[in-house]
This record gives sequence, structure tokens and C-alpha cells, in this order.
Amino acid sequence: MKHIVVVGAGQAGSSLVFKLRALGHTGKITLIGEEADLPYQRPPLSKSYLLGEMARERLYLRPQASYDQNNITLCLGQRVTAVDPTTQTVQLKQTSLKYDELVFTTGSRPARLPAAMGGDLRRVYYVRTLADIDAMSAEFLTGRKVLIVGGGYIGLEAAAVAARKGLNVTVVEAADRILQRVAAPETSDFFRSLHQSNGVEVLEGTGLAELQGDEQVTQALMTDGQKIDVDFVVVGVGIKPNSEIAREAGLDVNNGICTDAFGKASVQNVWAAGDCASFPYMGTRIRLESVPHAIEHAETVATNILGGNTEYIAKPWFWSDQYDVKLQIAGLNSGFSNVVRRNGAKEGSVSHWYFLADRLLAVDAMNAPSDYMIGKKLIESGKSPCPSQIENPKILLKDLLREIA
Amino acid sequence: MVKITYIEFDGKRNVVDVPANSTVMEGARDNNIRGIEADCGGACACSTCHIYVDPDWVDKLPKKDPVEEEMLDFALGCDALRSRLACQIRIKKSLEGLIVELPEKQI
Repeated sequence: MKHIVVVGAGQAGSSLVFKLRALGHTGKITLIGEEADLPYQRPPLSKSYLLGEMARERLYLRPQASYDQNNITLCLGQRVTAVDPTTQTVQLKQTSLKYDELVFTTGSRPARLPAAMGGDLRRVYYVRTLADIDAMSAEFLTGRKVLIVGGGYIGLEAAAVAARKGLNVTVVEAADRILQRVAAPETSDFFRSLHQSNGVEVLEGTGLAELQGDEQVTQALMTDGQKIDVDFVVVGVGIKPNSEIAREAGLDVNNGICTDAFGKASVQNVWAAGDCASFPYMGTRIRLESVPHAIEHAETVATNILGGNTEYIAKPWFWSDQYDVKLQIAGLNSGFSNVVRRNGAKEGSVSHWYFLADRLLAVDAMNAPSDYMIGKKLIESGKSPCPSQIENPKILLKDLLREIA
Repeated sequence: MVKITYIEFDGKRNVVDVPANSTVMEGARDNNIRGIEADCGGACACSTCHIYVDPDWVDKLPKKDPVEEEMLDFALGCDALRSRLACQIRIKKSLEGLIVELPEKQI
């Protein structure tokens, strides 16, 4: 019976081991994680958990009993130091394990500000783990001054929590506009207004030059020379795949662990899934940073480890919660040429539809769940509505779905 | 703890204790009950924790908010009266004895 070892106990690792059991694998399964906690959901960390509206236990993806009942050996609080594919061995600090199949679900970690920029000062926080959030949550007190470095989704979610809690919030984004890497100007505008109306100061086209202070941060110097007093800083400037162990083991790594369409890495009996994996997508290679991807990718890899032959076809989708706005994103907008706006029937409900010429690529839906659901169905079926139909509020999207079905 | 009965698609009844302040979705997930996926973990973002509420219980539950209503509209086999997203039903004492049925599949 095969021993399947899974390195990385986040969303992908957890989904993968349960899928193996659901598919009938009866051999040994070991899930190794660096953090001491049971595998947990990360999305609420920067939202309801940071806000104090969600208890810690509710973050766990499954209770301990589920692992016991499914005979999944959990090795938590343990770091893998090396993998040797020739002897099929995983090296931990104290011990080593033999595997028949190995999966990397090592996820990613936040990019850090260099020490030269003050990135190592106390009261500079990053958003990734439960421990990160537990460390910063005591800072979120009314009246404190927080600087959020990076106007991406993580930074904006942290800004929303801080504003809700009555802090003085400044967001600094080096690019021309917040969300520049991931969204169209229309979506940036929407979220800029949302944050400004909640009292957040949004600085765009301004970089952080340096965080200053003795031991702990007290001031931030911007590239335009302006100085801001701060009590603490939250940094959200992107994440990097955890692929070092894989690289040292001789696997191909290029912006993540390279896999084929089935999730196989470049070395025999080794696989990768989730944030840490780079996989083929529409003629190129991408890496996706999202929970739905982690789940689907991991489950496909589980199927293939057990002899399946299923290509992973990514159907990207994302969500974010800020204040009372639920953003849902379907598809990937890379390379879009034009954006069409559709106003919802309700106040504050709007969606932005990304096209490359006539082809629908993606939809950002703000408090517009049905626009999101319809956009997702259209994109996944390869159907593109006419932009003028999307713009026209008199045309019901549901009819559109029927029309081109 | 609040007793909830989950009836799986093949008729299997599971009576489980679910902690107050969690959700009907979390009760299913934590007790290995088949039929929900709950990909988004309870953010009302994915519509993959669709369930049918026992007719006697429909009126006793808090009303659907507009987001849940819209998301449900696209759930497979949606029943205007009985369908709910399990992540949007908070467990409280008054739900003791709640009965829900799970669909064969979510999407």
C-alpha cells in the first residue's frame, strides 16, 4: 500500500488528504505542517477574524476527530528540511519518512520589506498566518495610527478592518493606483471611494522610502518626502511561493514548482498543488493565489495520484469582503482591452466586465452576486455576450445566459 | 450544543450536536456529512453549501439576506421555499431539532 506524504498543511494539503480517503485510498497518509495549529482557513484572517467576529476554533478546516477517523497522520509544528527523491525520503528535524508519492502543498509567504527599509522594526506586521494576526490584533485600537503598505486586496482588507475599528488609516501604494496589478481602473476607483468614504487616506503613486524608529517603528518616510507618524505598520506587498525545498531537491522551479497539467512535478512520484505550484494555463504557465484554486487543484492531484488521468482546468475565482461590500471575481483579466460597466438594480451594486476584443475574460462584481454567477458561467462555457448587452440595464443577464446557451 | 439532523441524499440520517454560534454548514463539515463543499468557508461567496430545510422549519429560521437570495438563485435544483445556504444559518438554542436535507451535488 502506498504511503502518501503531503508537505504543507494549508488549504491545499488538507483538501488533498481528505480527497485521497474519499476516493478510497487505504494506504498511509501523512500531512506535515510547519504551524502548530490544525489546518485552517486563511481568508477570514484579514476579515472577520481580525475584526474579532470569528472565534479561532471556527477557522479550522476540520476538527482533529476528522483526521483521526480518516486515519490521517498529522505532523504539525514540524518543518521539512530536505527531500531526497532518489531514496524517496523526507527529512524532518528529528526524523525522516519514506514516501511512495510526495506532494508539495507548501503554499506561499508574504514578501518582506528589506531590513534597510526598516522592515525588521518592531510593530511592522505581515498578513499570512494565525500567529501573524494574533500578534497584530492587539494593535487595532481606536485612535491608533496605522500605515498599510500596499494597496492590493490584503492591504485593503486590513485597512477596512482598521477603519471599522476607528483607527487612523493611511494606505500607501507605489503604483499609480490601488489594485493596479489585479484590476481595471474602474475597480480601483470603486474601492478608492469606498475607503475614502470610510475615512481612509489613500496615497497612490507614492512609494514607501523607509520606516523609521529606534527598535520600533514610529515614522514612515515616503518617496515624495512626506513623513507620517505611525503607531504600527501592516505590509501587504504580495506573496512568494514556498519552493526552496523543492528546488534543492532538484525539481524544476520557476515562479513556483513547475507541474504538468496533471499536477506532476519534474521528478518521479512528486506532485505539487495550490499556491506553490506553477501549472499550464491557456498556452502559458501561471500560479494562482486563491482558496478555490487550492481546493480544486489539490483534489485533481489526489485523483491523479491514485491513477486518474485528469487534466487540471483552472476556473479562477476570488472574493474579498471590505466594509459592507462583497466583491466576487470570476475569471482572469490579464490582457484585457476594454471594460464595460453594468449598474445593478440595487444602490451600490455594480459589475465590471473585462473583454479582450469580443471575448469575455473576467467579471468584478461588487454587491452583485448574480452578475458574478452569470459571468462565471459564461466564462467557463467559453461564451461571450455582446458588451452593449451587458451595459444595457434593460437586458436581464439571466436571459442572456439562456440566449447563448 | 444544539441537535441538528442532516439527511444525506441517499437517506442516511445523521443526528449531531453542533455548537451554538457556529453554522449549519460548519456542523455538516465537522461531522463528515456528505453533500456540501463550502469552498469559501462560509463567506457566502460560492453557493456550494446549498441545503433544503425541512418544511416545518422554513419559517422558524432567520430570513435570507439579499446576497444569499441571489446566490441561491443559481444553486442546482433550487427550491424557492426550502433552499438555503447552510453557511448563513447561525446555530442557536431555538434551532434544537432542526432537520435539513443535503442535495446529491452542489454544482
